[in-house]
Amino acid sequence: MEDITRHRYEEGKPRLRRFHQARWDEPIIFELSRQGQRGILVPEVEDEIRDQVGDAMASLPDYMCRKQPPGLPELSQPQVLRHYVRLSQENLGTDVNIDVGQGTCTMKYSPKINDALARAPKVADLHPLQDEDTVQGVLEIMYRFEQILKEISGLDRFSLQPGAGSAAIYTNVSVIRAYHAKRGEGERRDEIITTIFSHPSNAACAKTAGYKVITLYPDEDGYPDLEALKVAVSERTAGLLITNPEDTGIFNPRIEEFVNVVHEAGGLCSYDQANANGVLGITRAGEAGFDMCHFNLHKTFSSPHGCGGPAVGATGVAQELAGFLPVPVVDFDGQRYHLNYELPDSVGKIGPFYGVVPVVVKAYAWAMSMGAEGLREVAEIAVLNNNYLLQKMLEIPGVCAPYARGKRRIEQVRYSWEELGRETGVHSEEIGLRAADFGVHYWTSHHPFVVPEPCTLEPTESYSRDELDEYAAILAHVAREARSDPELVKTAPHNSTVHTIDPTPLDDPDQWATTWRAYKRKVQQHEE
Amino acid sequence: MSRSRAVVYPYIPNSVPQVKQQMLEAVGAESTDDFYEDVPESLRLRKPLDLPPPLLSEYALKRHVEGILSKNKTCGEYLSFLGAGCYQHHVPAVCDEINQRGEFLTAYAGEPYDDHGRFQALFEYASMMGELLNMDVVNVPTYDGYQAAATSIRMAARITGRGEALVPDTICPGKLSKLRDYCQPAVEIKLVDHERQTGNLDLEDLKAKVSGRTAAVYIENPAYLGFIETHGGEVSSIAHESGAQFVGSVDPMSLGVLTPPADYGADIVCGDLQPLGMHMQFGGGQAGFIATRDEERYVMEYPSRLFGIAPTRVDGEYGFGDVAYERTSFAVREEGKEWVGTAAALWGITAGVYLALMGPQGLAEIGEGIMLRSRYAVQQMSKLEGVQAPVFQGPHFQEFVVGFEGTGKTVEEINHGLLVRGILGGKDLSKEFPELGNCALYCVTEVHTKADIDRLVEALGEVVS
Repeated sequence: MEDITRHRYEEGKPRLRRFHQARWDEPIIFELSRQGQRGILVPEVEDEIRDQVGDAMASLPDYMCRKQPPGLPELSQPQVLRHYVRLSQENLGTDVNIDVGQGTCTMKYSPKINDALARAPKVADLHPLQDEDTVQGVLEIMYRFEQILKEISGLDRFSLQPGAGSAAIYTNVSVIRAYHAKRGEGERRDEIITTIFSHPSNAACAKTAGYKVITLYPDEDGYPDLEALKVAVSERTAGLLITNPEDTGIFNPRIEEFVNVVHEAGGLCSYDQANANGVLGITRAGEAGFDMCHFNLHKTFSSPHGCGGPAVGATGVAQELAGFLPVPVVDFDGQRYHLNYELPDSVGKIGPFYGVVPVVVKAYAWAMSMGAEGLREVAEIAVLNNNYLLQKMLEIPGVCAPYARGKRRIEQVRYSWEELGRETGVHSEEIGLRAADFGVHYWTSHHPFVVPEPCTLEPTESYSRDELDEYAAILAHVAREARSDPELVKTAPHNSTVHTIDPTPLDDPDQWATTWRAYKRKVQQHEE
Repeated sequence: MSRSRAVVYPYIPNSVPQVKQQMLEAVGAESTDDFYEDVPESLRLRKPLDLPPPLLSEYALKRHVEGILSKNKTCGEYLSFLGAGCYQHHVPAVCDEINQRGEFLTAYAGEPYDDHGRFQALFEYASMMGELLNMDVVNVPTYDGYQAAATSIRMAARITGRGEALVPDTICPGKLSKLRDYCQPAVEIKLVDHERQTGNLDLEDLKAKVSGRTAAVYIENPAYLGFIETHGGEVSSIAHESGAQFVGSVDPMSLGVLTPPADYGADIVCGDLQPLGMHMQFGGGQAGFIATRDEERYVMEYPSRLFGIAPTRVDGEYGFGDVAYERTSFAVREEGKEWVGTAAALWGITAGVYLALMGPQGLAEIGEGIMLRSRYAVQQMSKLEGVQAPVFQGPHFQEFVVGFEGTGKTVEEINHGLLVRGILGGKDLSKEFPELGNCALYCVTEVHTKADIDRLVEALGEVVS
């Protein structure tokens, strides 16, 4: 009898997977449409209502009655289901792959029990304007979760409303703007400082809110440049928006000095903790003197990323800024939870209702399943995993971890394939697409590529040592291929859902099409 | 809690003490403290976080969270007539089936290769919304309808190079607050009066306020206060004559029966997707859409991602990618248009599933059914003494303002009376719109049967008498 497993290992180590992603070659949904098919029926209106009311549209001016029915596809229910299940199979989510390749995004495990709790009718079927007496449970979860975030951050008050990290950054900028306006310095303080290794939304939100943006670059060791900050601050400084550790995974040891320099100039300091995974229970925004921070509940706090939301960017502030937060916040008088709209200096409403509450339920459940020791274990293992992967990566010829050489990193590392690229002509993006042939996702990095040929890996706490070994082995294999058969890498992916895409139409107004109708029209125009 | 041995956390594979030790040895570290050498001692938290004791077993956690949530009473347990931006519609089981699939639920920012399905699903979402809205460009969803409206106005400001927007004074005050916060300092928001009888925008006031400074004239259809704005065509003409963009916010659920704003001249259309397959979730099911014609001057002003279709090197294979990516803050930071990030993509996919299930006939039937039911509710409520239904004389979609001045009771008292009868009455408007007096915004959808409406009317009759 043959031992099948014998072929799965080489020198005691597992061979790379012979992976092939689902490839359904699925039509666009409009191509599946056949006239008259129905996917679901809607409740009938009782005859008594029809008899009494008559023509529902009679009160409308003629032009307000839709003449042409919308050109939606007509499908039966099982066709709709199969179509979307097939499309779902053509994704590499965290439930499927070793998702360490999307650094800065903390692709950790999202516990299934938390999803189940949040989609129960006791959350799903609540209207946000119900009488507060009927929603005490959900308000209690929001209140309790705020207390947890206060302790984790060392800050004093949170809003759970912003719809993700960028919305939280914008909210913080809005608070900064309102704070200076109240002090009569709103017009004078028209500059916001950030760093190039902070998320692009820090710069972009500040600009959107009307600020001039000053971006600091790292010093030679990769740390944010304190001397550059001292030059940048002035009586025009409204605030500092900064990540720590930055996207390089390097913790800024002079962060207190950064905060002090900005405070002395009269500015406020906002800590972008979208990804706080490596510092939970280790260090806090409060001790470093920050005035505000935000946490992405879909990152550090495990709620699933949902293809890009729904999400929450929980925004925390020190006591003196509590009155500026968006309304409402949840208060508790010892007996009853209630929504408090009476914040004296509030920036107002930033969205309808109270934010993405089911995500808060998931994050609360996650935090409660971990506790203080567990959160610290999350941070320590995330950091251990990262440094373990760092060591594995540095064994691959052609890759390096720029800056702070020889030092440890916190939760992620921004690597550079510059050397490999120089030797082989293979770019980081191509390495990632070849890695997809082995069933893993890989991302380059945020633009601009200050680190040449970058990739950012963040293992989080959710992957085993064997899985980290597998990820590193895949990249090592691809790097070898880049030398032995660069064309193979440059024409990847080969085992993915689709093959190399021709991006030309995407930047050409005559060809681009974000909808099927636009595509059909342009194809027809082209043919004529 | 007493514990004598280290916890192995089910969510943390390497929390097994021996594994942890082996990995530390592999990287030459004595303890995990070594990794934090850059964190100054003064910033180190040298005590455990003061948090409630953990609920380590899944069962204990479930029991705890369900225990708290059990204090809620849902719109399944009560009979609800609340709307005001979040709507109780039936959510088809297939919508939940798809958005609960881990492959969608836990995907994020994959490439158009390994996440081809996400790109196709969102392209199809945009395509179906395009049909509904009669527009050629639709974005990957933003957070909610508030954000969609705010960004639409800022897009209009960039397109026109102007700095004022005119919005109806019947707008939800919360949304107005958002617009003012988000549009400053680029755009000043000014209010336009409404006709007292119909609620429609006051065209004379609009004409008086529109000028060469006007970037956008914004209307909502149906309006926040439920009536259908029937001056869309005139508003469009007035806006365009002054060189302004006409921005229309719309409830997509109404578009099986109502004319889409693009057909009466809207240049930018926006709104909230929540009605299309999202549970209410205490307001957590919102998602915003923005749509325009396919003209470069519009496309280049979107902050959002736009997914486009493209060929691959295999004949007949559909590929996808980002359209005009260089306009986004992902590409060029503060030089991009506003900013983009994680928002509400899964709700976009879900809305696509909803539209595919409903098809043109489903949307026409549900729209007509809603209008019949809400009209019936208005007729029955208006029979009650002292009750004015509707306050605005004109066509409505699913919501309508009910006046209770004649009952001598406040809305708060009335809603309390309904609550003890297991009914959630309409949203109290008496603080938001004091000039309307003692009134509430009621919502009737396809989930309400004749018996439900009759039960409301009977209960109201008891409460106001």
